[in-house]
Amino acid sequence: MGGTSPCASCKLLRRRCAKDCIFAPYFPSDDPQKFAIVHKVFGASNVGKMLQELPAHQRADAVSSLVYEANARVRDPVYGCVGAISFLQNQVSELQMQLAVAQAEILCIQMQHEPAEPVAVTQNPELDDSNPHHQRQQPYYLQNEQYLNFASSSNVIQDSLQRESFFGHDMVS
Amino acid sequence: MISGRCAACKSQRRKCPPDCIFSPYFPPNDPQRFACVHRIYGCSNVGKMLQQMPVQMRAQAVDTLYMEARWRIEDPVYGCVKLISQLHQNLGDTESELAKVKALIAFHKLQISQVNELHQPNLDASQSNIVEQFQFDYPAQNHYPWFIN
Repeated sequence: MGGTSPCASCKLLRRRCAKDCIFAPYFPSDDPQKFAIVHKVFGASNVGKMLQELPAHQRADAVSSLVYEANARVRDPVYGCVGAISFLQNQVSELQMQLAVAQAEILCIQMQHEPAEPVAVTQNPELDDSNPHHQRQQPYYLQNEQYLNFASSSNVIQDSLQRESFFGHDMVS
Repeated sequence: MISGRCAACKSQRRKCPPDCIFSPYFPPNDPQRFACVHRIYGCSNVGKMLQQMPVQMRAQAVDTLYMEARWRIEDPVYGCVKLISQLHQNLGDTESELAKVKALIAFHKLQISQVNELHQPNLDASQSNIVEQFQFDYPAQNHYPWFIN
């Protein structure tokens, strides 16, 4: 019998780690904290069911996002990820307001000094080419995973997530 | 008495005691709410979480658990984390757009001040304000909470 060490989940749950253990690829034994936190928030059985319902190539990303959510919930037991979303939305709104003010300022400058070459801010090719943000109502696509380190990338967007607004008020305060 | 059980106790097929921890937050007329939360977190985990927090925070906690559970059911791979990722992206894009516009403002002001100086050479003070235009009101890095890099 080989001496392979059990995965972090089987170690924590004190059971034999089967060859086809669903947790083993995603919860290596050298990172026990990762499974501990997911187990604390979601429960091993729920995580196992969620992974079983997904195709194998999506499980790594699912585990990453579950770990992220679990960490958020442990750090902030009341608001969890929702607190982060609320904060980020406020930040985005504030920046967009500053942007609107800056754009109004540049229009004023251009209008006051007509002989200067009119440069339309929104026609900046860098803005148009590299990101779709020039139309603020367009849904966003995951273009980089620098924050979340997903194994795969996906361009699937659910508009319900974009339009759904639970944050008419500041939930965090 | 069977009628009067909260949605959690109904779902778990048990008696709903007067001090049931779930009943203020899972009314019987909204079984879907508990079903979502139970599916993702499990009844026992939710009970433990609620017990560990002050009573006045529990309603808010249940609301956020329900939201996250719904997101996870709609998107079993990414849940609400996809939205967070999109917001990060949004934040970065808006920040860089703002920086570009501010640079453009500074450039225009510099042009104007140079033109003015040709006509009236004593306007040095206007140039010293140009650099300040590059600063904007983004919170300092060390003020970011844990979910911002």
